[in-house]
Amino acid sequence: MIAAAVVPTTTWYLVLAAGLFAIGMIGVLVRRNPLIMFMCIELMLNAVNLTFVALATELADINGQTAVFFVLVVAAAEVVVGLGIIVSIMRRRQQVSADDLAALKG
Amino acid sequence: MELFVFVCAAIMILVGALGVVLRSNPVHAALSMILTLFGVAVLFVAREANFLAAVQVIVYAGAIVVLFLFVIMLLGVDRAEDLRTEPLGNIQRPLALVLGVGMFAVLTTAVVRSRDSLRFKGEGVATATLEDADGNIRQIARSIFGDYVVAFELTSVLLIVAVVGTVVLARRRKSERTPS
Repeated sequence: MIAAAVVPTTTWYLVLAAGLFAIGMIGVLVRRNPLIMFMCIELMLNAVNLTFVALATELADINGQTAVFFVLVVAAAEVVVGLGIIVSIMRRRQQVSADDLAALKG
Repeated sequence: MELFVFVCAAIMILVGALGVVLRSNPVHAALSMILTLFGVAVLFVAREANFLAAVQVIVYAGAIVVLFLFVIMLLGVDRAEDLRTEPLGNIQRPLALVLGVGMFAVLTTAVVRSRDSLRFKGEGVATATLEDADGNIRQIARSIFGDYVVAFELTSVLLIVAVVGTVVLARRRKSERTPS
């Protein structure tokens, strides 16, 4: 069987992560619902995590996996703060798009 | 077999990501994101990062997506969004598409061109075997609580600040409260 001989290399993982990052970027640029924009940011963070893990195995260095751990923690904190902001904005007005975020101007 | 796992996980990741971008209903987008996160977790396992795969499922699929869904339900915004109006008129979507494809092309070029420069070898990543099933966890623990212990303590400060800040943000002040 020919397909069994092909083993996915690190380059495959990196190209897949690049595709995931690009899709997330398009999402942030196109969508205007702040919740969906947040989800697209999470997609981009996941692409970076995938890159870290792929290269940690390739370079035989555990520090890549440690970096992913810290990215996860910071992503959780970011989601908590961002959703808090969105909740307090949505309480003031019902229909919310990213264009309304000019209300945050000082 | 490895190829099969990779292709399946890649399809999960890309379909889920496209679902997040293209679905107009926020609930469907959140559920599509779960598909992507599970695909990433599968690839983590394929790359011997067992601990991170578990953390990915627990923290992302278990906590972050549930938080998203909770906010969607709480605010009642689970109706479909009107996708037609664009702030920049008709050029926003083609422009975003061009930028995204350009970013993908640039990243792919960089990855392919720098393929031969990956030569540095570290101390090695432990793989799970039958004799030593938690070698990966032990190695990560030694790294986090050894080299990066200051950063680890700072993340706890970050989480406390985030929680307190969110409570302050989302709390209703007494003057704003409607008399009932």
